[in-house]
Amino acid sequence: MSTIVAARPLPESRISPVFRFAMLLPGGLVTFFLILFALGLVLFLAFRGNDGSLLGAGLTVENFVTVATDPLYWTVTLRSLVIAGLVTLATVVTAYPVAYYLAFHAGRRRNLLLFLVTLPFWTSYLLRVFAWKIVLAYNGVLNSAFIESGLWSEPTLAFLNTPTAVVVTLAHAYAPFAILPIYVALDTIPKSLLEAASDLGARPFTAFRRVVLPNSMPGVLAAALVVFVPTVGDYVTPAMVGGPASTMIGSLIQSQFGKANDWPFGAALSVCVMLVILCVVLLARGADRRFGSRT
Amino acid sequence: MSATRSGTNAGGRWLGLYVLAYLVFLYLPILLIPLFSFNDSIQAAFPLQGFTLEWYATLYGNPALSGALGNSLVIGVVAASGATLCGITVSYMDLYGRSPLAATISAVARLPILIPGVIVGISLLILVNLVGLGPSRVAIVLGHILVALPATVVVMRSRFAAIPKTIREAALDLGASDWMTFRRVMLPLSLPAVLSAFMLAFLTSFDEFIVVFFLAGTEPTLPLYIWSQLRFPRSLPTVMALGTVILTLSFVIAALAEILRHRGLGAARRNPA
Repeated sequence: MSTIVAARPLPESRISPVFRFAMLLPGGLVTFFLILFALGLVLFLAFRGNDGSLLGAGLTVENFVTVATDPLYWTVTLRSLVIAGLVTLATVVTAYPVAYYLAFHAGRRRNLLLFLVTLPFWTSYLLRVFAWKIVLAYNGVLNSAFIESGLWSEPTLAFLNTPTAVVVTLAHAYAPFAILPIYVALDTIPKSLLEAASDLGARPFTAFRRVVLPNSMPGVLAAALVVFVPTVGDYVTPAMVGGPASTMIGSLIQSQFGKANDWPFGAALSVCVMLVILCVVLLARGADRRFGSRT
Repeated sequence: MSATRSGTNAGGRWLGLYVLAYLVFLYLPILLIPLFSFNDSIQAAFPLQGFTLEWYATLYGNPALSGALGNSLVIGVVAASGATLCGITVSYMDLYGRSPLAATISAVARLPILIPGVIVGISLLILVNLVGLGPSRVAIVLGHILVALPATVVVMRSRFAAIPKTIREAALDLGASDWMTFRRVMLPLSLPAVLSAFMLAFLTSFDEFIVVFFLAGTEPTLPLYIWSQLRFPRSLPTVMALGTVILTLSFVIAALAEILRHRGLGAARRNPA
């Protein structure tokens, strides 16, 4: 993304203004109106008081004061961060060996395997979460399978409606997100680097630790980001398999725009989530710069 | 990732087993939905009670369901068309427009990856209420264009970048206008990617729930219909039958999109200028 500045117009550049305008119009409308303007509205609304009208009234920081002082929001934010962090960690750690296999061992099965690991990405998220609901339910697949096999005699409630269920379900739902960025990073490591490492006498594990792992860090960080962002704001999985003890920040935002009907406060919560994500992105960028000397 | 010195083959074999286990973990929960959709019991539990097609029969002649299906199809096609159009133009101008504006638009178009769905949903909810649309099918279309945009931009950008630069330059040197070059040279060369982007955008819209939850008015889409049915334990088998149909459809469309994308890339490499 840092190459934007390098796009100097060359002398032979002679794109007609009409063509340029027509080609920039659809994307420009969507990006400026639907993304930037809509996000601007959220920011604006966050500083308004709730008087029941669409855009609220007055100018106030009261929403943010409530978020900062009410321990409920600290608990829920912290819980969201812990759950999203655990999901990210689990997803990236389990995805790494798969990406490694794809990059170095898959051979001619590579395209098929790549297709198989990305296929669930294109299936309904709601159905993937629903699948876990029937797996973990009281009269569900897991309980009945254990009883059937004689491992225990009566169903246990311990699966559904726990934060653990949320972590497992989210980790499964977002697993396909993590493999591709790591695979791309591993696949683009110059083979000469690996050969140099082994020529210089590095044992496989040393070569992995000193050459492969640092060089794949940009992919790992990108993977962590694309898993962390959707999970930290998720409200469907906590509602389906989480129970009251795993309410996440996304659930609170959703209820402000639903039952609670306090849009300005919901907007303020959204702004806080975006700030948290911004911090995580900046952290990842910083880490990327430390590792990403390759390009 | 074995640390042994016994060569990469043994390590690769263990890793292969791991990948197999990973795939089982990935697919097993999803495949339970079709399994229990044929099970003659209202509960999704072992032991299996025998084979039935009864739950599929309940799908037929259900006006709420067919209404939701119709909505999902219409919204999916319109949103996918919009997202594909934006993906084509944004990535084309990003690569050949040589302007900071085009580069900015391209960067912002990929921004929705970094915004949780719930925030995309509420920001558009505020927007559509502000312009007087309110929650409606149009609002859902706008939301789905946003959600599908990053994927279409990525697919189209990699396709345009794979076309040798000389082809476009030759067209321009021979006197073709920008429009002619785009319409008669670059677009036909990337047709498989256009179809692939369209199908992936359609799937994204067809299966999307998080954003649609905020933007739907009185006409629900298929995922919203499923969500509303989840409250009733009695309709669980019907949901599983419906889920099986949707999963099958998604698998087929995603496979076609993947084949098209590869065919397109392969053709580009085989016919260099």
